[in-house]
Amino acid sequence: MDMAKMMPMMVGKLTMDSLPLHEPIVMGATAFMGLVGLGVVYAIHKTNFWVPLWRDWLTSVDHKKIGIMYIILSLVMLLRGFSDAIMMRTQQALAAGGAQGYLPPSHFDQVFTAHGVIMIFFMAMPFVIGLMNVVVPLQIGARDVAFPYLNSLSFWLTVSGAMLVNASLAIGEFARTGWLAYPPLSELAYSPGVGVDYYIWSLQISGIGTTLAGVNFIATILKMRAPGMDLMKMPVFTWTTLCTNMLIVAAFPILTVTLALLTLDRYLGFHFFTNDMGGNPMNYVNLIWMWGHPEVYILVIPVFGAFSEIVATFSGKPLFGYKSMVYATMGIAGASFLVWLHHFFTMGSGANVNAFFGITTMLISIPTGVKIFNWLFTMYKGRVRMTVPVMWTLGFMLTFVIGGMTGVMLALPGADFVLHNSLFLIAHFHNVIIGGVAFGCFAAMNYWFPKAFGFHLNEKLGKAAFWCWFVGFYIAFMPLYALGFMGATRRLQHYADLAWQPYFVVACAGAGLILLGIVFQITQLVVSIRDREQNRDLTGDPWNGRTLEWATSSPPPFYNFAKTPKVEELDAWLDMKKKGISPLPETFQPIHMPRNTWAGFVIGIITIPLGFALIWHIWWLAAVSFLGAIGCAIVHSFNEDRDYYVPAEEVAEIEGRAAIAKAA
Amino acid sequence: MNERTLRRLAGLASLAPMTMLSGCSWDVLDPAGSIGIQNLSTLAWATMFMLIVVVPVMIMIVAFAWRYRSTNLAADYAPEWSHSTKIEVVVWTIPALIVATLAVICWRTSHTLDPYRPIASNQKPVEVEVVSLDWKWLFIYPEYGVASVNEMAMPVGRPVHFKITSSSVMNSFFIPQLGSQVYSMAGMQTQLNLIADRAGSYKGISANFSGDGFADMRFQAKAMDAAGFQKWIDSAKASPARLDAAGYAALEKPSERDPVRLYGTVAPKLFDAVVMQDMHGNAQKAGEAGAQMTSMQMPSAAQQD
Repeated sequence: MDMAKMMPMMVGKLTMDSLPLHEPIVMGATAFMGLVGLGVVYAIHKTNFWVPLWRDWLTSVDHKKIGIMYIILSLVMLLRGFSDAIMMRTQQALAAGGAQGYLPPSHFDQVFTAHGVIMIFFMAMPFVIGLMNVVVPLQIGARDVAFPYLNSLSFWLTVSGAMLVNASLAIGEFARTGWLAYPPLSELAYSPGVGVDYYIWSLQISGIGTTLAGVNFIATILKMRAPGMDLMKMPVFTWTTLCTNMLIVAAFPILTVTLALLTLDRYLGFHFFTNDMGGNPMNYVNLIWMWGHPEVYILVIPVFGAFSEIVATFSGKPLFGYKSMVYATMGIAGASFLVWLHHFFTMGSGANVNAFFGITTMLISIPTGVKIFNWLFTMYKGRVRMTVPVMWTLGFMLTFVIGGMTGVMLALPGADFVLHNSLFLIAHFHNVIIGGVAFGCFAAMNYWFPKAFGFHLNEKLGKAAFWCWFVGFYIAFMPLYALGFMGATRRLQHYADLAWQPYFVVACAGAGLILLGIVFQITQLVVSIRDREQNRDLTGDPWNGRTLEWATSSPPPFYNFAKTPKVEELDAWLDMKKKGISPLPETFQPIHMPRNTWAGFVIGIITIPLGFALIWHIWWLAAVSFLGAIGCAIVHSFNEDRDYYVPAEEVAEIEGRAAIAKAA
Repeated sequence: MNERTLRRLAGLASLAPMTMLSGCSWDVLDPAGSIGIQNLSTLAWATMFMLIVVVPVMIMIVAFAWRYRSTNLAADYAPEWSHSTKIEVVVWTIPALIVATLAVICWRTSHTLDPYRPIASNQKPVEVEVVSLDWKWLFIYPEYGVASVNEMAMPVGRPVHFKITSSSVMNSFFIPQLGSQVYSMAGMQTQLNLIADRAGSYKGISANFSGDGFADMRFQAKAMDAAGFQKWIDSAKASPARLDAAGYAALEKPSERDPVRLYGTVAPKLFDAVVMQDMHGNAQKAGEAGAQMTSMQMPSAAQQD
């Protein structure tokens, strides 16, 4: 066989043209990514961190470490997604009248698609799943999640998806379709490049990780609670995690199947969603939102839980209306499957159908409203400490009611007909996703950071970051509400009406203020790590907490609790403190723990070449890496040495050290 | 909702833009037809009902946080208090009542504003067939045998019945100042009824991202008096351009920033042929549709009138 025939077999669709050599912005970003990567490698090398990195992190099955890694991934991807946001805002601030700005449509279209995909799948999702990992086993008095190896695999599959999205920047292109890749635009006929394939495989791989995480957390919460912790004595964050993971398990398979059908269309010439041969894109739109709407609640329900914990702790009172909070959460979770059609009232459904979905959507605002009232009455007659988590919580409450209101406006088909797809919609969902999910993540990060690392985050810089985000959000998104009323639609690479430009310029300034907030957050992290010795939390319970995660030292020992706590009341730790029950046992016992394993990391990482090969049609590599992943799983299944007992003496020594630190 | 309340609502809603702005570009708040007015009044009423609860809640958030701040030792502190049936009943009831009210508004306006619902009028609606193409809009006037690209005309005060489809990807047909939008989808036909109550040239857009040329996918919707409309039709008829199978095939090729174009003759049932062309495989598409269209007789001058 001659070379011309060999090449496509070896490298599939890859050619030299796949590299963005002629696009300076993309090349710059790629070079920057490369430099950061090299810098990290150099730092690891310089500090001799390779062995600890492998031993203590990459192969770890410790839920706390996996949670921390999830959140690190999320923060890195936040920077990537936010760069996209800044590019969009500057482009739209410039491209008015005849001006075209600096991003041609082919690039701008990738930027907004990548922004949405990254922020939802690789920023918000890893953050909330990371929080669940760090907090839930501690809150229920468990030693780890139910399936520690699966947990590690879930994480590394998510990393793999994120890496594929980033690879699309350097090699080839990303989808130019919008974050949900509606066909027929995402079909081969209209998107012949690899962009949509990057989209499909990065979401498929990370989506499997998410589904597995859902299974894991349901099992953990249902089967591994400390004795005495009935369902109605579970901390609210654990409750919201349970509801969320039930949503994940119910909704993510829909995403997997929908993308699989699109894959069949693109790879094997099927016609599920094509224009021709009886395909119907409307099916895709329905399916993707049957996953997509619950997805929004998958993001926001856990942060509702975090806010609940924060409000109760810092008000020095039990959460008001715990039971109604639980029922409200379940109500929201259940109803989230009944509203998907409100994303496309304009697709021509009949009035009865539209009205039905409009009303179910508004029904969700009842339990959500109840939650807001419950947080309010938790503060009522409390002693509210104005810490950084509380400021994020108050900022959230104020912002979220506005977002809720604009959401109900969009839920009325008669009003949606003029607001659909407009910048009003963009303002609305950023109002609930930034004001709800992002604020919640930052509140939770400041709240649980001392637990995870054993020292506090700098309060002053935390507050500065909050104010920049809070004010920046309003400056960035209020103009978009106004632009929506002017008939400005989303995803415009440029626009003719010069009257819009001042609003876009203001919005861009708001994004600049948020950028300053992010700079403060990075500074907060750096300064807090630098000053960690002054900011140690030696008590394990820095906020006078109420739930079990505060019953152990900070950071918790790898086995979490020297003795599994016995739960008698809701707010179990507060109850123990009142009754004077020590979290330590009288005599230390050996503790049963899972062993670290290479398998989660290796299988997860192998899916990077697998995804890459599928994207570029490099079939031999796809086959090799697929068999490699399966082979690793089989080899690992023969490993029967998966658990061990921590000797009582070792537990005694670790607890003794913590006790001495506490006494000092 | 009966007509009188509707009119009253409309009157109220139309006040909003007057007070807020003097400029021109607040399209959604400055509707030029009864559908747009009803869209806006739906929005205005819903917002008012929600503000009944949203404003007090926002005040309470700030007031409670301030009153019960930890440094204010004068405020009551009830460290155990976490339940009150009375408050619970109230916090479930208030949102439920608001939502019940909104549900009624939702149900009614979903029906009155159903895009497919003909607009009550003593005048017969003008039929307009709309095709979204990459990246321009084609308007066919089957009653007049003419067509236009990136510009449409309509008589003031007379309803317009749109039939909408797409030649390729999905778009959304939207004239913000006239109200409701509806998607255009290939192989399918959606409908929309709009009316302009005052003369003007209104911006029309695609409100659903459709690819690289999307930002320029704009047209003008010109609402004119009956004489003006007739004049526009006449000028279209005077155009020598013919929209037959070959003309359509040429038009279908992706292009951006197309100038306004008028076609004096249009193959009959062109719109139906466009809707049906995707029933066949992609490979055959051009040929089949072309064959279908060429088999259609171009109308003679006599038939046109």
